[in-house]
Amino acid sequence: MGFFAIYMLVSFLGLGVAAFFILEKQFPGSDPLLILSEYLVYWVTAELFMRYMLQKLPFMDVKPLLTLPISKKSIIHFLLGKTAFSFYNFLSLVFFIPFAGVLISKGYPALQVLTFVLAMAFIAQVLNYLNFLVNKNEKVLISLAVLLALLTGIEYFELWPITAYSGRVFYSFYLYPFAFLVPAGLLVVLYIINYQQLIQQLYLDVAVKKKTRAATAYDLGWTRRLGSLGPFVRLDLRLIWRNKRTRTQAFISLAMVLYGLIFYGMDDFGSASAMFVFVGIFITGIFMVNFGQFIPAWDSEYYCMMMAQNIPLRQYLESKAVLISASITIMFLLSIPYLYFGWEALAINAACALYNLGINTPLVLYFGSFNKKRIDLTKSPVGNMQGTSATQFLIILPLMVVPILLYLGIKFFFSFELALAILALMGVLGFALRTYAMEFVTDAYRKRKYSMVAGFAERNN
Amino acid sequence: MIRTHELSKKYNNQLVLKLQELEIPKGQSFGLVGNNGAGKTTFFSLLLDLIKPSTGYVTNGDVRVDASEAWKPYTSSFIDESFLIGYLTPEEYFYFIGELRGRNKSDVDSLLANYGDFFHGEILGQKKYLRDLSKGNQKKVGIVASFIGDPEVVILDEPFANLDPTTQIRLKQIIKDLAAQKGVTVLISSHDLIHVTEVCERIVVLQKGEIIKDIRTSDATLKELEHFFSGEATPARP
Repeated sequence: MGFFAIYMLVSFLGLGVAAFFILEKQFPGSDPLLILSEYLVYWVTAELFMRYMLQKLPFMDVKPLLTLPISKKSIIHFLLGKTAFSFYNFLSLVFFIPFAGVLISKGYPALQVLTFVLAMAFIAQVLNYLNFLVNKNEKVLISLAVLLALLTGIEYFELWPITAYSGRVFYSFYLYPFAFLVPAGLLVVLYIINYQQLIQQLYLDVAVKKKTRAATAYDLGWTRRLGSLGPFVRLDLRLIWRNKRTRTQAFISLAMVLYGLIFYGMDDFGSASAMFVFVGIFITGIFMVNFGQFIPAWDSEYYCMMMAQNIPLRQYLESKAVLISASITIMFLLSIPYLYFGWEALAINAACALYNLGINTPLVLYFGSFNKKRIDLTKSPVGNMQGTSATQFLIILPLMVVPILLYLGIKFFFSFELALAILALMGVLGFALRTYAMEFVTDAYRKRKYSMVAGFAERNN
Repeated sequence: MIRTHELSKKYNNQLVLKLQELEIPKGQSFGLVGNNGAGKTTFFSLLLDLIKPSTGYVTNGDVRVDASEAWKPYTSSFIDESFLIGYLTPEEYFYFIGELRGRNKSDVDSLLANYGDFFHGEILGQKKYLRDLSKGNQKKVGIVASFIGDPEVVILDEPFANLDPTTQIRLKQIIKDLAAQKGVTVLISSHDLIHVTEVCERIVVLQKGEIIKDIRTSDATLKELEHFFSGEATPARP
């Protein structure tokens, strides 16, 4: 997911480094590794839950192999083996490896730390193959959710010290260097069970089958109020709702409202820190960035139709702007409870929302005109970098860095209030000049039309 | 209706299309045949301004297609599945195209009512997204969608491919009626010589990007084309 994926990865890495010190500070006198081990039970359950929701065996990849002279055995080994390298299995390592580095530098015995990390890597693999076994079962999902809730409940009401047991189990991977053989053995068992199940199912009408979902039609009648933009907004809403990658993004965007809590929760910044401008731009603009950076690549599958059809380019872009503006407004409204942290928080978010509306929205659209990498909407959302190019990295600069620098500068020389007022004013000004900005953006799209059409037609990226 | 002026298209110095002058009058049903790589799709893409001509230009009506968008309201096309929107149901797609072409829901419904036969009960009301339909059914949707909004020019690339025999026969009748009764200029390309001679008043043969035959269809046309293509398949003797 371009910028967002990179950002999350870096945050994870950073967390891995910081975790030791945070735990040390929060739980003085106890071993941070033990504390971490106590919470690993939640980690494991949550990871399994996430995998259940998102990770599927890539059956369709082996479809072309079925009619070739390759034994079913090797097809299944290939299928199962391939998943060992999936994105999910490395997610936890992004955290654990820097964490281990800190442990070793703090004088923990290197061998034991390494076998601990090894055990964690094996546990990720165990979860990988466990997921494929339970994946065909809705009941498992529910039981997992219930289990997670139960664990939290039991812990919260102090009925039974789950975390203490979890701590003992996971900490033993550190205490006993050969304990990693336990998850390793489990892995072998799970692999064999998976193998035996699959060998019965490798048929076009059993496992290797395209899952189709019955279409649900919503009229979305209210969009008719948007007049000539209505059909496009309706199309985009359906695009977002009916494709995994876009739907996941929409949910992530909503959840990101809570993101600011991390920063506001820490009182190291002071109420007018530039960090909060970052938070403000991020919260109110997360959907703008996530969705907007890939405009018009979302429409790449049928872009040549859009260009040959009776669609004025201006209207097409205008409807995207409406959608983004709506998202900024919604995100801002959702962020109003930040008022709890003082009026400054609300003021910062409001100024950032205005800046996003007036300046960043046309900017994102403009940068979109450099997109010419195809996005296949049917592909899974996880670790999906399709459509990502240098544009997605360049975009961060004007969107985030410029307003933060601006704010910092004005605040330093004048005052917090003036800095916010200027950000807000720039937003309003951008809004007033919207017509010109959109004309400019439309021209950029018109100029690059042919290379976009050609680029979006290329499948292999 | 459509006229090309010294139109050519090159990719890396390789000429893929070179048409001196080609004029297609209003109401003509025009067929384009040629082997793979002859330049059929390139020609259609140039007509729709999806690729940039290396030299020359195309006019549609009186509009230069690469200079203005005014040809779009009266021109419609179906080139391949990339003209469909996979996550819409057929109905939603038809209504969307209808809205783009200034037709409301009931206009579209009454048009679709004429194609009940053609759809054979497999398109409407199926609760399926376009991406989950078979290739043939996707094609049917794309073709009918190109009739929405009373276009004056209809461009169809290989409309007969992937269709079942019954639908092929129905489609032939539909295309003939469009040109004969409504005065629509229809441009189709096809690998099926029988279909194209049955449907089109005029057939142009492309080879390596150039027109080498321009035939007014008669009873002898099919023979002539078959003879030509069987000759092309075997290398010429020195």
